[in-house]
Amino acid sequence: MNKYILKRLGIAALTLLVIVFILFMMMKLMPGTPFNDEKLPPEKIASLMAKYGLDKPLYVQFFKYVVNLVKFDFGISYVINKDISINLMLSTRVPTSIRIGLQAVALGTVIGLILGIVAALKHNTIWDNLTTVISVLGVSVPSYVFALGLLYVFAFKLKLFPLLYSKVHPFQSSLLPTFSLSMFTIASIARFTRTEMLEVLDSDYILLVESKGISGSALIFRHALRNALIPIVTVLGPLVVGLMTGSLVVEKIFSIPGLGAMTTAAIQANDYNVTIASTYIYSLMYIVIMLVVDISYGIIDPRIRLAKEGSGE
Amino acid sequence: MAREKIMEVRDLSISFKTTSGILNAIRGVDMDLYRGETVAIVGESGSGKSVTAKAMMGILASNAIVNSGSVKFTYDNKGVSKTVDILKMKKSDIRREINGQHIAMVFQDPMTSLDPTMTIGKQITESMIWHYKTPKKEAEEKAIELLSLVGITEPEKRIKNYPHQLSGGMRQRVVIAIAMACDPDLLICDEPTTALDVTIQARILELIKDIQYKKNISVIYITHDLGVVAKVADYVDVMYAGKLVEKGTIDEIFYEPHHPYTWGLLSAMPDLDTRDERLYTIPGSPPNMMKPIPGDAFAPRNQYALNIDNRLDPPMFKLTDTHYAATWLLDERAPKFDMPPEIAARIARMKKEENHDDQ
Amino acid sequence: MNKYKIATDNYDIDSIEFRPDDFQFVGNRPEEHIDSTFASQDYWKDVLMRFRKNRGAVIGFFVIIIMVIMAIVGPMVSGYTYYEQTIEFQDFAPRIPGLEKIGIFDGTESMRISGGSKVVLDKYNTTEGASDVYYWFGTDNLGRDIWTRTWMGTRISLIIAVTAVLIDMLIGMGYGLVSGYFGGAVDSVMQRIVEVVNSIPTLVIVTLLMLVFKPGLMTIILALMISGWIGMSRIARAQMLKLKEQEYILASHTFGASNMTIIFKEVLPNIIGPIITNTMFSIPNAIFTEAFLSFVGLGVPAPQASLGSLISSGYNTFTMHPYQILPPLIVLALLMLSFNMVADGLRDALDPKMAQM
Repeated sequence: MNKYILKRLGIAALTLLVIVFILFMMMKLMPGTPFNDEKLPPEKIASLMAKYGLDKPLYVQFFKYVVNLVKFDFGISYVINKDISINLMLSTRVPTSIRIGLQAVALGTVIGLILGIVAALKHNTIWDNLTTVISVLGVSVPSYVFALGLLYVFAFKLKLFPLLYSKVHPFQSSLLPTFSLSMFTIASIARFTRTEMLEVLDSDYILLVESKGISGSALIFRHALRNALIPIVTVLGPLVVGLMTGSLVVEKIFSIPGLGAMTTAAIQANDYNVTIASTYIYSLMYIVIMLVVDISYGIIDPRIRLAKEGSGE
Repeated sequence: MAREKIMEVRDLSISFKTTSGILNAIRGVDMDLYRGETVAIVGESGSGKSVTAKAMMGILASNAIVNSGSVKFTYDNKGVSKTVDILKMKKSDIRREINGQHIAMVFQDPMTSLDPTMTIGKQITESMIWHYKTPKKEAEEKAIELLSLVGITEPEKRIKNYPHQLSGGMRQRVVIAIAMACDPDLLICDEPTTALDVTIQARILELIKDIQYKKNISVIYITHDLGVVAKVADYVDVMYAGKLVEKGTIDEIFYEPHHPYTWGLLSAMPDLDTRDERLYTIPGSPPNMMKPIPGDAFAPRNQYALNIDNRLDPPMFKLTDTHYAATWLLDERAPKFDMPPEIAARIARMKKEENHDDQ
Repeated sequence: MNKYKIATDNYDIDSIEFRPDDFQFVGNRPEEHIDSTFASQDYWKDVLMRFRKNRGAVIGFFVIIIMVIMAIVGPMVSGYTYYEQTIEFQDFAPRIPGLEKIGIFDGTESMRISGGSKVVLDKYNTTEGASDVYYWFGTDNLGRDIWTRTWMGTRISLIIAVTAVLIDMLIGMGYGLVSGYFGGAVDSVMQRIVEVVNSIPTLVIVTLLMLVFKPGLMTIILALMISGWIGMSRIARAQMLKLKEQEYILASHTFGASNMTIIFKEVLPNIIGPIITNTMFSIPNAIFTEAFLSFVGLGVPAPQASLGSLISSGYNTFTMHPYQILPPLIVLALLMLSFNMVADGLRDALDPKMAQM
């Protein structure tokens, strides 16, 4: 197990290094970036050069760059929040985005699992069909359509929830965004769980468990779900990534001051430093998520956990 | 000693609802089983032998429809003999009262029939803890005992293993240990050795026979391999297209077969002495069970088919108290015929071998 | 009487009327008769039949056909162009000749003014020179015809759909087949590349591309090209690994068939089912990617219109003029739904095992 985790960590670190390298190369070569922007006064360029050590050899520069990123030192914003430290911007935005994202993952996974399990157990009944309809709608209709619909009905017409995100009521005002964000997760997990559960329930080992006389929740949770979860965990990674992109949209609709909104603004305004910072944060989150997924995969599946320990007759 | 009947199947008929129509898997099967005895159900794939076994177990797939029949099972319920019709019981009641405790099953493929995410120790103790509330410690000790009974070395270490750490033969031993965990009265073995190496096949068969002898349980073998049957069975039921076509004691089926289908099966057995003579083979493939079958289902493949076979299904003719066969060839009006010479020669050889073994 | 007793219950042999030839041998039967019960149908005929049985998929298919026709014809028949701004005719509600007489699409909209009372506005009558003008889906805040813009946006979505298919078929399938077929070191290197590309989030790829190029259709297509092929390449590789050990492939080798012949003539026809299914599923994903990028303002630049950018601008006014957001929203939802349903139907039709699940 330790070896498996070490290997995963190694791959994660390598990937991050590749991404940082791409960012570094863009920084060096791109026109219109702070370092080769001709409009900047010479003394500013000189101070930047000194700060990032651009007079040093390339590998030293790269090393310095890596160290800066590891220390989360992203410099300052040039356009959207002029001369404000990016770290300051991130310090409030990242937690908000992560919180709403986690809420959406939790909600989506729980509801999706319940729907999928019920559909598989009540195969070919009204519950099954209902789940199929929900999951087709959920993966087909973009999250901002849901967001707008929810906004219109629950906030604008029924006035049950606030129209926009507010820092005063961070939980209450995050419910609608969370729900619209989790719709895709609910649909995908429900669909996948249903298929996996049906396949597992049809397997020989479940038949053997039944022939032992085990039934009910012990059969479903101890045997069926545990096996069905293995492949479900693998789709969680991509789904969380889907949430990142979804958050760009939802943060715009509900005016949430999060990482997504900042990224959009930075790209549109061509704020290079901020874009790099959020790209780096997104990559980092993605890699951490994939790492967590890989490790939990190993915990659930003893075939991975105990690989190369097998023995024969 | 009087034979104690534990299972009585009457007029069993089962269909399956599939996307392309109704499939009539079993079309009227009668079967009896007595304590301590072994019955082998023999037939090609798709003949309905596995479905029969699953009906006895109460683990039919959800799209199965029981058209008619009964599966009466007699067991000892806290000192009182109790007879139930498994087909009429609720699924949850079968699980609680019958499965594991009284009827257990060994499946065909040991590679897929163990839960990959649970240690084999837990898989063995699970049913004891579930049914009898056996304390964990005690259950584990029994699991170790069972593992050594099925011939696994170092059982104390093995109970912590996961299925993927064991070989196919060991896994099948574990499946047998699981089946024996609650001391069942009846063990149903669905092709228990088909997926295994030839050398391990014999050992697993020996093991089941040994356990049967020690615990005085009944065993039903589901197989297409008459070689297996010859090694283990007391009685043989030959199935074709969802019906029994011939049943009898092992000697009757091997030395005096009357149904042309049984002849075909016999000649498919491996035999060192089959030299240059042509094997008697059964041409074609089993019928499409989605469609109604007029007459005898075997007729289209039967070289000895009579005209009546095409429109009327033959009844079971009683040859002896234990031997029955369903073929119009046994009717008095049937023309005189000789069994295929290959089969006759084959039976003669087997008889000779048998005598040879006895001496 | 019979020598052997009849043991079957309720079998009344005496009531059977036997025919004279009943107890004669049938004699030899021709071989083909024996196997007739399993005569099979043509595979593609079967697929078509199964697809036609799936009502949702058929409806989806026709919706897509209608969308394609509208995307081609729609912008031409309104008499407006997608970029033409008529400042006087801002925020006009939909008005369709014929339907206006029965009270819908008559160019009026009710609005809540401050104080809470409702007023009905008819800008066609209150604006000079507009009484004979018809905007079928209304106009936006710059006086552009929403009908024309919606179908122009549909065009973009469909172009994206075609692109996604091409990327899957050319890059993804080719990559996967080659990687799986050659195996060994080639496969190792190719799979490491896949791992690295796959572990860079699409969002990051898009963001970085936006820095290099300006937002636009080409940038989106480029982003799809970088990351869109990975799913397909995995499926093609897995299928190839499964098939290449089969006897008929080994036989082709021994007959001296070239690598390309084996990959494209022997393997491809046998894995086309999962390939088609996966391609169909990647279409809604691609359309969605474009729509979301346009929605957040990273899509096609104005005055071009895509469904995402139309929804984005409609969203700014949707509490005031909901009719502006509805056409692109409905078209997008229908497109996504239809492609998903057709993909579902195709998967079930190509692989009937899945349908029974």
